Amino acid sequence: MSTATALSVANPTEVYTETETEVVTPPVVQSATSEPWWVRWILIAVSVSFLLFFLFIPLAAVFAEALRKGLGTYVSSLRDPNAWSAIQLTVITALIAVPTNLVFGLAAAWSIAKFEFPGKSLLITLIDIPFAISPVVSGLIYVLMFGAQSSLGPWLSSHGIQIIFAVPGIVLATIFVTFPFVARELIPLMQEQGTEEEQAAISLGASGWQTFWRVTLPNVKWALLYGVILSNARAMGEFGAVSVVSGHIRGKTNTMPLHVEILYNEYNFVAAFAVASLLALLALVTLALKSLVEWQMHRQSLETSPSEEA
Amino acid sequence: MSVEVRSIEKSFGSFQALSDVNLSIQAGELIALLGPSGSGKTTLLRIMAGLEAPDRGSVHFQSHDVTHRPVGARRVGFVFQHYALFRHMTVFENVAFPLRVRPRSSRPSAKVIRERVDELLGLVQLGGLASRFPSQLSGGQRQRVALARALAVEPEVLLLDEPFGALDAQVRQELRTWLRALQRKIEMTTILVTHDQEEALEVADRIVVMNKGRIEQVGTPEEVFHQPTGEFVMKFLGQVNVFHGRVQNGQASFADISFDYPGYPHDVEREARVYMRPHELDIKRSPEGMPSLGARIERINPAGPSAKVRLRTDHGQEVLVELNLDRFRQLGLTAGEQVYVVAKAARIYVPKSDPEYMI
Repeated sequence: MSTATALSVANPTEVYTETETEVVTPPVVQSATSEPWWVRWILIAVSVSFLLFFLFIPLAAVFAEALRKGLGTYVSSLRDPNAWSAIQLTVITALIAVPTNLVFGLAAAWSIAKFEFPGKSLLITLIDIPFAISPVVSGLIYVLMFGAQSSLGPWLSSHGIQIIFAVPGIVLATIFVTFPFVARELIPLMQEQGTEEEQAAISLGASGWQTFWRVTLPNVKWALLYGVILSNARAMGEFGAVSVVSGHIRGKTNTMPLHVEILYNEYNFVAAFAVASLLALLALVTLALKSLVEWQMHRQSLETSPSEEA
Repeated sequence: MSVEVRSIEKSFGSFQALSDVNLSIQAGELIALLGPSGSGKTTLLRIMAGLEAPDRGSVHFQSHDVTHRPVGARRVGFVFQHYALFRHMTVFENVAFPLRVRPRSSRPSAKVIRERVDELLGLVQLGGLASRFPSQLSGGQRQRVALARALAVEPEVLLLDEPFGALDAQVRQELRTWLRALQRKIEMTTILVTHDQEEALEVADRIVVMNKGRIEQVGTPEEVFHQPTGEFVMKFLGQVNVFHGRVQNGQASFADISFDYPGYPHDVEREARVYMRPHELDIKRSPEGMPSLGARIERINPAGPSAKVRLRTDHGQEVLVELNLDRFRQLGLTAGEQVYVVAKAARIYVPKSDPEYMI
């Protein structure tokens, strides 16, 4: 077969003959490269039923539980002032954390992928820290830094600045745990793309800013969006780190995940599941967006991969 | 526009990429920087473009010192080895890019941009492909888009880094001829980097042969090929047979052959190397009293414009002889035959290790 491929370049007739022979070959019952049908079916059945029991049914249960006492109760439990404030706080936190990480992530990825500097590998490792350590510890870091017992604590309180058990703490903890998403998504792509296009843009008279907006950013836009979506999902769903710094003040420092826990502990199942259903909905929307972006990225990589030299 | 580089030095870490490079290029010339990889030719090109800063020395365009002028302000058209086309832009947008990024005050109107891009695409014969993406083009087409885009900056100098490196032989040949014609037409000072001696010999007005960060020789293709000033140039441009021999008292000798060599009249014997191009050798059935080398034919390749005969001398050294086809047919050689190799011309280099005997 390899001989035929080699010949195909030099001699098209040879290829034709080869194709013809292949057509004549009687169809084989079992292909050499795939499993027998029953193995395939068992594998598929196992994975489908696993997904059903562990993912789909629990997800359905969330919505079923939330709507158990009717749509009216569902809506009113979401309109409860404390629930409403938790929703607002979650959205505000995400609105601050996600754009911040977009900018920082882009800057970090840019500097790592396009420049050589001492300590670069250390920076790459540092970016992964939020993924590597437990979210509870991430929260504790901020308590230790800004809490009443910390060295900064007295100064902060004397100036009337409250970070821990307040919104700033929640935002800081969220930024910390979601930092790696954008950077991690961009670094490999930017490294692969190299700096030649940027050099070309500069040599064609573009300024640094123009190069960024017209060349660098369009080349990474789908990966960037992908990172933003994942980052947003985590920002809205984060529990551990936020729980440590929040102080659980109802109507003030409760985010949606924290509020769900409180309601659940109070046996207020319908309200708990109603808020949880919003988080589940967010997850579904995230998944849909993620698939859409993945599809776009795939398309872009097909479009930009070098075709055969002619 | 004329280009001049003076005493350029450049090193990357401990690697000396360029040392004391001086070069002067006339307006409208097509210059090839030729050398093996690591010879510094691309670094020199990038320094002229302003993509790299020299450690020492200066770059002059016409009479202006542009050493510290950034690449975007030098009005150079730089074509990258792998084209560096903007992958997310169409061919049209790629070529329009240099016009669109101009400062608002000098930016042409949309209509002018369209006309200019169409004109450039026509110049590189890609008129019908304006709406394609780079990935939908062949290598040769991408190369021409890159060229059109570089020309859109209205450059004074065109700099091409291995412009045909990634193309296959046929396209390379066509594009080379085409580029030569285009350069004649637009009369732009053009400097291209290549490691392919055949390409340099065919395309360039003058060739700059580089080795280990230094310029070995600058000259017309004819000069560097027929009057190489050093062993490196001799070896790098075309195939060559090398024999180790000696010089003494105005005589050179290698293998069993000796001949007059007035260039070395000293009586201290020194090692020397004798270079003979394959086409400067002939094959004879009998020595006929001429200084010759006995050899056995190992392989004959008569395909191409000349026949290449590979022999092994009685001393065990390989020799390549190129005969024109008439001569080859007249001789009727067969592999395994014992013959005699006669030199029509030879060059002798005495290594310059001892300054007292420098040639």
